Amino acid sequence: MEKIEAKDVNFYYGDFHALKGITMEIPEHKVVAFIGPSGCGKSTFLRLFNRMNDLIPGARLEGSILIDGQDIYGSGVQVDELRKNVGMVFQRPNPFPKSIFDNVAYGLRVNGIKDKEFISHRVEESLKGAALWNEVKDKLNASAYALSGGQQQRLCIARAMAVSPSVLLMDEPASALDPISTAKVEELICELRNEVTIVIVTHNMQQASRVSDKTAFFYMGEMVEYDDTKVIFTNPHKEATQNYITGRFG
Amino acid sequence: MDSKNTSNTVPPSGPVPGSPDSMSGRSGGSTPVFPEDYSVRKRRSQKAAFAVFRILSLFIVLILFAILGFIIYKGAGVISWDFLTKAPSDGMTSGGIFPAIVGTLLLMLGSAIVAFPVGIMSGVYMNEYASRGWVVKFIRLMTNNLSGVPSIVFGLFGMALFVKYLGFGDSILAGSLTLGLLSLPLVIRTTEEALKDIPAGIREGSLALGATKLQTIWKVVLPMAMPRITTGLILSLGRVSGETAPILFTCAAYFFPQLPTSIFDQCMALPYHLYVISTSGTDIEAQQPIAYGTALVLIVIVLIINLLAGLMRRHFEKRLKIK
Amino acid sequence: MKRFLEKAVKWLLTASGFVTSAVILLIIGFLFTEGAGLFREKVIEEGYVLALNRENPVRKMDAAQIKAVFDEDITNWSELGGPDLPIETFRLEDADDYFSEEELGSQYENAGSLIASLVASRPGMVAFVPETLIPEGADLNFIEDSSISPAEVFAGSEWYPTATPAPLFGMWPLLAGTLWVSFFAILFALPFGISIAVYMAEVASERVRNFLKPVIELLNGIPSVVYGFFGLIVIVPLLQQVFGLPVGESGLAGSLVLAIMALPTIVTVAEDAMRNCPRSLREASLALGATKWQTISRVVIPSSMSGIASGVVLGIGRAVGETMAVLMVTGNAAVVPTSILEPLRTIPATIAAELGEAPAGGAHYQSLFLLGVILFFITFFINLCVEFISSRNRAKNS
Repeated sequence: MEKIEAKDVNFYYGDFHALKGITMEIPEHKVVAFIGPSGCGKSTFLRLFNRMNDLIPGARLEGSILIDGQDIYGSGVQVDELRKNVGMVFQRPNPFPKSIFDNVAYGLRVNGIKDKEFISHRVEESLKGAALWNEVKDKLNASAYALSGGQQQRLCIARAMAVSPSVLLMDEPASALDPISTAKVEELICELRNEVTIVIVTHNMQQASRVSDKTAFFYMGEMVEYDDTKVIFTNPHKEATQNYITGRFG
Repeated sequence: MDSKNTSNTVPPSGPVPGSPDSMSGRSGGSTPVFPEDYSVRKRRSQKAAFAVFRILSLFIVLILFAILGFIIYKGAGVISWDFLTKAPSDGMTSGGIFPAIVGTLLLMLGSAIVAFPVGIMSGVYMNEYASRGWVVKFIRLMTNNLSGVPSIVFGLFGMALFVKYLGFGDSILAGSLTLGLLSLPLVIRTTEEALKDIPAGIREGSLALGATKLQTIWKVVLPMAMPRITTGLILSLGRVSGETAPILFTCAAYFFPQLPTSIFDQCMALPYHLYVISTSGTDIEAQQPIAYGTALVLIVIVLIINLLAGLMRRHFEKRLKIK
Repeated sequence: MKRFLEKAVKWLLTASGFVTSAVILLIIGFLFTEGAGLFREKVIEEGYVLALNRENPVRKMDAAQIKAVFDEDITNWSELGGPDLPIETFRLEDADDYFSEEELGSQYENAGSLIASLVASRPGMVAFVPETLIPEGADLNFIEDSSISPAEVFAGSEWYPTATPAPLFGMWPLLAGTLWVSFFAILFALPFGISIAVYMAEVASERVRNFLKPVIELLNGIPSVVYGFFGLIVIVPLLQQVFGLPVGESGLAGSLVLAIMALPTIVTVAEDAMRNCPRSLREASLALGATKWQTISRVVIPSSMSGIASGVVLGIGRAVGETMAVLMVTGNAAVVPTSILEPLRTIPATIAAELGEAPAGGAHYQSLFLLGVILFFITFFINLCVEFISSRNRAKNS
């Protein structure tokens, strides 16, 4: 079953044509990686899935994006409902200046859950899911800023997972982390794939090959090639992909 | 789609997967059930909140226009060539406000002579010379404190130091010095901020060509920062033009129909004139129009100054964009 | 030569760098020396004595009691710890009631001895007369004079700086008036200030913002005397009608005018603080399904709280120190306010209104400088609070 379908997506920042005619399908419970050089449009494309680009003045979309068969840019769609279902983890860890507990509970609270017992239960569950529970269980009321960068990023993953989304978007989630923290985050991605469909943007090709089932290569606003990760990294059909994979540019 | 998520959750990958509390956490494997109407409710509360903000913001605009409109409406009829160029007469119940206009302009000029050089130099020192952090911090603290000192305290101080101790008497000199000190913090802050925005590379480029530090500041840095500094200077003049409390006891004359001939003369000033006429007038009927006219002239000065500063800022920003 | 010039300029710049610090020190120095002089002044007007009958055992009266006696609020010596005897007061201008012009003499040369014998003959009399007038060795008692005490000044609740024989310098009504007006001003300004700041920083489109920004700047630029004038002509009569007051000049009028004047400060600083809230935090919140308003109220406002607080504190500072507008609309009654609808008087307004009439160097003059010292330290303290808040904020952000 296809979780996300993009149909002939064109995207403009003012006059700049950032995405050119992209059509792709992302299957449920798979990890799909977007790779490509800086400015190729992969992050822009990712941010279309939870309508994060709505915030940018002068941006314009053509084509349609469907999640679970529903056009997320359709007229009846509420953005907050969509984002509840499509979680996101950002490039840099961005915990709120609140306690660890309040960070994870935030998504539940802003979506109307008031049952304290359930919230604390769910916070614990999410922190365990993000492999952070044992490190923070004694200091849930400490500020999230007291955590290391890697811990903060796992906290952000826990925060995103707390509202139980069915899609998780990750925008270069490990680019600001050290190698050990990166490994932990990657491990987490592999575990989370059972729960959610993950779309991850990454600069790091090893990372893409380690964590993803399918990989899409973007170049100059176009999707050059999209296939099983194994195929992309061992036997790409397009020369541009081959060149990028082998480090001839980018 | 949610039901699927719960059935096959992953065990936590921490070092103690079998510990009792991790087991208990897992056993309750729960999916949040979001209240259905909440989404509608929170959107509604957003709408309400934003509507309140919009109304309150509109209100402040209305207040401004009420003040401006009221004074322009009432004062416009009073303004005439005679009003602007004649001295008050008949015990300040008729005539014009020429001496007050001249006095205010003189005080603006005087305070500029006092504050601009010192303020700019002080800003240059803080941004270009003072190297140790605590020196800058201390000066900035003092400057901020000075900018928070109430204007009436400046008036007291000016009276004690310039009028009495230094013996200048009630004079334009004493008033200018007091007003100059009052506007000093604003001048320093704008200078400092303007200099801070000049990229370090430009200084390095000049120094690399063998220019001394002073030459670099004088020929490269200051000219580049000048538009922004000037904007700040103009705004500080605007503030000076409307201040009353500092000149109450240092300079302002209740009635001084001839023009001042030396800096040791007293002078009339628009804000003080407005205060006197509107609070301790002898003939309210006759004097009220003069008060409206004086208020209008004051407002026009402020408007011109703000407009000028705004235009300069816009002009400067445009130039930056081209770069 | 070039070297020397560089050195000289550096020296000059350094010197001007410390000008503001020097000014602060000078302000403190001058205000203090003048203000502290008040406590060296005597309670009874200089050059005068309060003469009593020999048999009257009362020796001490404080300034408030002296005033009450001469205002005939205290009419019996028993209230002052003396015998049960009605008090008769005597001032120099009462001399005509007791003596004929011939008796006094053409140059009033006999006045001293006549008054002395009058007081000596009336056990309940207290006379306020110049010290030089009383003949030496007169058979009289005198009230012992003492210096004005800080307790009377700071805790005293009566401000009658021109009363004779003993002026009262109780500053409490003025301090209370200042705080009272500022408190209400901030109370009014706060909801507006925060709302406008949120609206400008988060909600308004670029176009609306570009319109509001100059509006706020202009409000900031309007001279305080114009606000006072507007308040006097428009707000004061309006309040008088709406609340049916005997006089419209009241604490409320002052608070309203001050609220408008404090708004620009609050808005500018708070808006700045909210704009500085990192974009990544907003995105994180929105990505979790929060609405924009939830994001503002739960993330943006809490994380820019210190900036907002600085704005509010600065607004308070502006309200506390504002002079002209308050002077023009509050009615200037030096009583401890019990209601915001009554006239009251603030410290800056008192200084502005009275310094012109106070003889230089006298107790009244010095008391006004002391008020200046108090005002200076209130605002100094407020500024230190702002510094503290924002430096903590800087530390948190870095």
